[in-house]
Order: sequence, then C-alpha cells, then structure tokens
Amino acid sequence: MQGTDSPTGLQQSTPDGRPIQELDQVVIRFAGDSGDGMQLTGDQFTRTTALMGNDIATFPDFPAEIRAPAGTLPGVSAFQLRFSSFDIHTPGDAPDVLVAMNPAALKVHYKALKPNGILLLNTASFGEVELKKAKWAADPRRDGSLDGYRVIEVDLTERTKEALASTTLDNRGKDRCKNMYALGILYWLFHRDMQPTEKALAQKFAKKPEIVEANLLAMKAGHAYAETTEIFQTAYQVPPAKLPPGTYRNIMGNQSLTLGLVAASQKAGVPLFLGSYPITPASDILHQLSGYKNLGVTTFQAEDEIAAICAAIGASYSGLLGITSTSGPGVALKGEAMGLAIMAELPLVVLNVQRAGPSTGMPTKTQQADLLQAMYGRNGESPMVVIACSTPADAFEVGYEAIRIAAEHMVPVMVLSDGYIANGSEPWRLPDVDALPPITVKFAPAITDGSKFEPYKRDEKTLARPWAKPGTVGLVHRIGGLEKQDVTGNISYDPDNHQHMIDTRAEKVARVADGLPPMQTLGERTGDVLVLGWGSPRGAITAAVMRLQKQGHKISAAFLRYLNPLPKDLGELMKGFKKVVLPELNKGQLAMMLRAKFLVDVQSYSQVNGQPFTSQAIEDYMSKLLKEIR
Amino acid sequence: MTGVEQPKLTKKDFKSDQDVRWCPGCGDYAILNSVQGAFAELGKTLHGTVIISGIGCSSRFPYYMETYGFHTIHGRAPAIASGVKISNPELDVWVVTGDGDAMSIGGNHFIHAMRRNVGLKILMFNNRIYGLTKGQFSPTSPQGKVTKSSPMGSVDYPFSPIALALGAGGTFVARGVDILGPHLQDMIKRADAHTGTAMIEIYQNCNIFNDGAYKGFTDKEVRGERMLELQHGKPLLFGANKDKGITFDQNFQPQIVTGADLGKAFVWDECSPSPAPAMALATMDEAHFPVPIGVFRRQEKPAFERGVLAQIEKAKAQKPADLKGLLYAGEIWDVQ
Ligand code: SF4
Repeated sequence: MQGTDSPTGLQQSTPDGRPIQELDQVVIRFAGDSGDGMQLTGDQFTRTTALMGNDIATFPDFPAEIRAPAGTLPGVSAFQLRFSSFDIHTPGDAPDVLVAMNPAALKVHYKALKPNGILLLNTASFGEVELKKAKWAADPRRDGSLDGYRVIEVDLTERTKEALASTTLDNRGKDRCKNMYALGILYWLFHRDMQPTEKALAQKFAKKPEIVEANLLAMKAGHAYAETTEIFQTAYQVPPAKLPPGTYRNIMGNQSLTLGLVAASQKAGVPLFLGSYPITPASDILHQLSGYKNLGVTTFQAEDEIAAICAAIGASYSGLLGITSTSGPGVALKGEAMGLAIMAELPLVVLNVQRAGPSTGMPTKTQQADLLQAMYGRNGESPMVVIACSTPADAFEVGYEAIRIAAEHMVPVMVLSDGYIANGSEPWRLPDVDALPPITVKFAPAITDGSKFEPYKRDEKTLARPWAKPGTVGLVHRIGGLEKQDVTGNISYDPDNHQHMIDTRAEKVARVADGLPPMQTLGERTGDVLVLGWGSPRGAITAAVMRLQKQGHKISAAFLRYLNPLPKDLGELMKGFKKVVLPELNKGQLAMMLRAKFLVDVQSYSQVNGQPFTSQAIEDYMSKLLKEIR
Repeated sequence: MTGVEQPKLTKKDFKSDQDVRWCPGCGDYAILNSVQGAFAELGKTLHGTVIISGIGCSSRFPYYMETYGFHTIHGRAPAIASGVKISNPELDVWVVTGDGDAMSIGGNHFIHAMRRNVGLKILMFNNRIYGLTKGQFSPTSPQGKVTKSSPMGSVDYPFSPIALALGAGGTFVARGVDILGPHLQDMIKRADAHTGTAMIEIYQNCNIFNDGAYKGFTDKEVRGERMLELQHGKPLLFGANKDKGITFDQNFQPQIVTGADLGKAFVWDECSPSPAPAMALATMDEAHFPVPIGVFRRQEKPAFERGVLAQIEKAKAQKPADLKGLLYAGEIWDVQ
C-alpha cells in the first residue's frame, strides 16, 4: 500500500482508538476454491467501493474447469481489484492484500503479494490433506515460506459457524458463508460501508431470505471480529477519486459492449438480431442480449457457430441488424459465412471476445492473437472492417461504432475484445443518451413505376449498396456468393468486372477511414518513443507511460481503435518519434501489419502467457529502451 | 402494399430474365416448372416470396425465379433462411437444396430446422449424386455406387432423408418426383399450407452423372407396380390394379398383402401421433417394396418464429423500451 502523506495525517482513528491511515490506492486479491465464492466476494467489494467514489479496476481470474476437484491447484479462482483516490488504468500488478481461503490458493498466489503485504489465511483449511492436495511439502505457515508478509490467521470456517449458530442452515450452508466473513474483515480494514452489500444480497437472493440473513450475519460478524480482536493495528482509508463530473456506473466489458449495440440499434431505429453459439468468454453477450427483448432484440441460440452467423446474415438480409458473438475458435468456423456477407455487401457485426489459443488453448485466459485472423482469415480478397475495444467502458463506444459503420457502409465489421476486457470492470461515465451520434439507415424505397431495381448501385461517398428489404414491392432481386456484375447484381465471370468488384470492396472498407477523427496522443506528438497500443493493454501502457513522462522522458502513447482501415494520420504520427514500440498479447501481429504498410521499424513487445501486461513490465521495457536510444 | 387489388400472377410472371443453365434434360427443369405453376396457383406475390439456396446444381434455383433470392453457401441455406423467417415472419420463405447440400455438409442445419419447426418450406432435390462437382457419390447414393471417387464402389451406407427428417421431429415430411408434375405441385401446395417446417424430398434425375437412378420405379411402365402413393385416410394400396397392399407386423415390419388379405392393408394416417408408421415406410427396402410418395407425416405445432415474436411482444408490453433507463440502471452514483 502506497501511503501518501495525507493532509489529515493520522488524526482519524477507529472508535477504539486505532489509527486510520489514509492511502491513495490499494490492490486486493481474493483467492480460493472455485466453490468459495471469490468472484462474488470481489464483486461485492467492487460495487461498494465504486459507490464510495473511488476509481476502481478489476481482474477476475477464473479456473479453466467449472469445478475442478476441491482444494487443488487447478481449482483456484481469484479476483483482483484495485481502488484509488486518483484515476487508474489497470487492476494493479502486485496485491497489497491477499485473502487465501485454502493452501492451494496460497500456493498459486502468494508470490505475487507485495513485500510486507497482508496475507489473510483461513486456518481451518490447513490440515494435512489440504496441504498435500495443494502440493505443499510442509505447512508454509511454519517453514518460513511466508516470512516477509503480515500473516493474519483466522479460522474463518469455525468463526462463521459460530456466528450462524442461531440460523437454520445446515453445516454446509453455513460453511458457504465464510467468504462473507472474510469480506466483513476487509470492510473493517478499509473502512467500507456495509450497506451496499446488504442491499445487493437482499436483491440477489430475494426468494431465499434465510440465505440473505446468514450472509449478512457472517459479514457483520467478520467486521466485528476485526474491530474487537485487534488482528490489525491500523485501519485504512482511501478517499474518493476525483473523476470527471457525471453519473457513473460500474460496468464489465461484455455488458458494456452489449449496451453499445443496443443503444446503436435504438438510435438507428433498426432492431438487433443476435445469432450465437455459447463459447467462453463471449457467452455473457448472448445472456445479456436475451434479456433485452423489450428493446426489440431477437436472440437465436443456434445449433453451431456457422448457423449463428448465417442466421445473423439472414436477419440483415431481411432488414435487421444482424450480429454474432463468439471467440477465436468460433471465428474460424464462421470464415466462409463472413465471406458471403462481404460478397452480399450486407451489414453484419462479428464480435470476437478473444481468448488464449491456438485450438482450444486456454479458454479462460486472455490474448490478442486473433488480429491477423480478423484481417485475413477468409478465402479470397475479403477485406473487413476491424475495430477493437480497449477497456470495459470503451466497449460501449466500440459496440455503438460497429453498428454505425456496418449499417451506414453496408459492410461486415469485426469487433475484437478479449477475456480481460470482457470480465474486467471499471466505473463508466454514462453518456448523454440524446448526444449519442446519429446513425442514418436508409432502406431502399418501393418501386412501383416498373423500373428495374439495381441492387449494386452504389452511394457515391461510401460506395454502399442499397439495403433492400424482402417484402418491398418492386425490389425483387437475386444476390449470392458468386461474383456479380456491379450495379445489376447479375452473375458475372467477366475478368474486368471481377477486378473492379475486388477493388470496389476494398475501397469501400478504405473509405470508412474518411470519417474518422484524428489520432489522440497521450503526451507530445513528437519525441523519443511512441508506444502504440490496441485493445486491452491500453491500461497498462497508459500507467507506464505516465510514470515515465513524470520522470521526464520524451515518451508518448497512442491507441488504435480502428485496425482496418487504419487512421489516415497514423503514418505521419509515427514519423515524429525515434522509435515506435507496440506491446501486444500476441507474437507481434499489429507490429507486422504496420511494418508492412508503413515501412516503419515498429518494435514489437510481445507477451503470450495468457495474462495481461503489468504496467511495471511495460515501464521496465520502455526504461531500458529509452536508455538505449539516448 | 399498394392497397390496390393486384391481378393474380401467372406462371410466366415467376420466371426471371436469367437464362436457365442446367444441363439439357436435367430433372431440375421439371421441378422449376412445377414450382412456378404452384406458386401462381397459390396466388403468391413476387415481393412476398424469398427463395434461399445453398450450393449445388439445385441451388441455382433462385436465379430463375422472379422473387427475392439468395444463393448462399454450401449447406447453410436452412440457417440463413431461419434468420430471414424469424426476422420477418410475414415473408414466405423457401429453401432449395440438394442431397449433398442438406444431407451432407449442411446436415446439422437441416435437422435443427426440423427440430425447431421454423416456418420454412424446404425443397430437397435428391439425385443421389454430386452433380456440380462432376459426379461423386452422395450420402443418398446406394452402397456400391461406382463413381469417380469410388471406382470400386462406395463403401458408405446411404440414409433416407425422410427418415432423417422424421427422426429430427419434422412436422411436415413428404416426397415427390420431378417427372410427376401434378403430384409434385400438390405436395408444394400442401407444404405451403403448413405452418411449421415443411420438407419435400424430390427425386430428381441427373441425366449426366446418375441417369436413371429412379427409372426402376418411376418409368411409366413400372410405376403402377413399383410406387405407392400415400393418401390420407386411404389404405396403402399399389399395383396397376391396386391389388396389393402394405400392412405392418407387430415389429412394424412392412408386409405385402394380396387377395383376400387386401382388407388388412394399413389405412394411412399422415397425422398419426406416432412417427412409427411413417418411419417404417421411409426405411422400406426399395428392392422388395414399392417406393412411397406423398405426405409421410403432418403435425400441427406452433412455428418457432411465432414463439420468438410472442416473447418479444410480451417483453415489450411488460417493460416499454427505454434506452436511458437501460443505461442508467443498477447502482449509479454522481460525481460533482
Ligand atoms: S449435373 Fe446433373 S443435376 Fe446438375 S444440372 Fe446437370 S443433369 Fe442436372
């Protein structure tokens, strides 16, 4: 915990006289068995903290298996959150506090804890069997493994059982409340308000009042325990962050992406149709959208990935906004259908919430290695608009933008998100609904004077073809995957026409760049190093570059939302720096694209271990580089 | 749409201006003719009809119809058509596919369209061969079929598309033949009247790569003896003089009855609550029994798209759309 010299110093104290120290940020990691409710615990701490006005960023780290054997290393589920009194960009690198519900959670996570960090252990789970399951040769509490940490041992299981003695829950039910006991302890330690959790649980388990009661009892008991036993000498306080004025809501990436799509559909006045097949980590998009039927959203859980995109194409053909949500393996299956949408020149949005590949890879871990697949993963010359979101809140704008581009330009659009954005959360400053950019959709009008409808007659500016809804009088026409003559849409094998159509489809995508805003930079537009980023590394890059700027380095950062077409001023921007570096969670895919397109010596900083970048790693990398070029 | 009573369209009105490019003598011509005739008689409009196809000879079909048409990708027509029908249930949506397209590469979409009972009409042209790729065996080719990819005869066992459709819960499953125009038109009209998924398997002669595949029972000379026309409420009789009948033993094995036993012929009920009789007919050995045509099964069940739409309407009535309310939901707080 980085204590600041708070203006109030140590004047505040707890009712029993223990000092309350003011901090500017704290990183907490909850870790336990997947059945221990760590995600729920982290989520509750997050909500409370957001409501208390702190900036916050979260990183849930799910185990690969739904229910790996209890107490084993693969079964460990974790949730990291960072909250602060200033604007933050990442869920933090090393935690200040680690809550380990069992020896397995300890084993997986203790090395990440900061020196002198607080380690809260549930002693009830440190029996011989549990230690063996977690592959500890000896009890780590006794052999010096935990030296250098502030170890707090509490028998959470027994304490919770005592606190719930008066309830009707059986032992198993009582045991399941121990996470709330731990939460209560942390609420005391960080001076958090318990009310938001009371409210949230009452809502969540509205039909099971006995569960609500037990959980709250456990939480309050934990709070009281921390207060009375003096396991901590100090309590801590993190004052609210000075965020830009507005109304905020804490949001997860998949949720925000979904809201962006729905908002765009409402603005455009065209209903959404989602064709989807469940896949980690994109399934939440399907879940969320199935709950928005009142907003005219149709969701179709298809028989497979291919049917999912095909149904969406059918929907777009009928005049709805067809979208399909998936992850990399699903995109691989959808390739041919994307080609059809490109050929038929229909609006379509393909959402790829990337995960660690190849093949099944590590479904619950994050990666950005599907960029080249998005760009080139189809047969023939089949360019597609590709845009990426970079934070949970940013996903709203990207979802909105995807629909705008697809509908206004009559093109398929690929949106790249990733597991880290999808499941992470941050406070989102809610947009003014009336100020959202307009989306203009024109359906081709009926023809009643007998003239022939031309399905590939193009808009001069965007080259978009008309969107003709079946059912409209006078617009009957035939389209398909075969090459067609421009304007008439008739099948054509004419060589000049084929060349012309391929050029036109490429030009159509290129023209999307005409309407894009100039690139923003974090820092000066010239200097020693430009760190380029796309997608989820944005937060870590921002934090690292800001720190280096404070140290006086001539380093700037810029982030790419539009990957195809690229912003028109990107080439110019890169020329203003001695070195351009691109950290990405793949083997240098965007770096390769930029090198090829601009002949600029973009240096790739690659990481492919399934984890997000830490800002420290990026700072270290850039520091070294800055030294080299000086 | 114009509010004016339109004169009923003729068969010719359904013909597009594109040259038909099937091989001369191909059974597809006769089917196209039957579809155009039936559509005219049904009083369909051009703009209210959408024809969606996959890939294969049959899938060229939409280009020749003066309706909305979408020639898509191999096997996927039922999935695309489902998206169309769910998005706009008022449209009249037809799928044209073949034995390779629907039974092989698109088998999954075919069975799930059947299962969901989406209001699609699927015309499956079965020529028991791959035509467009120039003659390889298909999932409906008889075992031992000698083709370019099976010079020693195919080892594969074929399956019956009708049995597959029945097994997948098809609510309207029928069979017609390219050259039996009036019967085929009747099947098309009956499929049109069905609310859920309707599937017609159409025996189609590919005179280039599998000529005469159905000759053994569709030729005029043998037709009476070798084919069995299913008629709802009537006994299963065949033979030039309708002097043979089909009945089932207690194991649902079909048996041929004649003479005094003719009265034991099974009375066909296309709406039978059990798919068993239809399944027994669909899997009857062609070599020893007549080949059934007509409606194997018809069941009234609400169509999928209506259910989807009803949920949307219900949700809208319960909670009117409110974008601001949607975004400003959950726990929100103000920062001054
Ligand atoms: S190859 Fe066979 S099915 Fe195809 S058009 Fe020619 S005759 Fe017809």
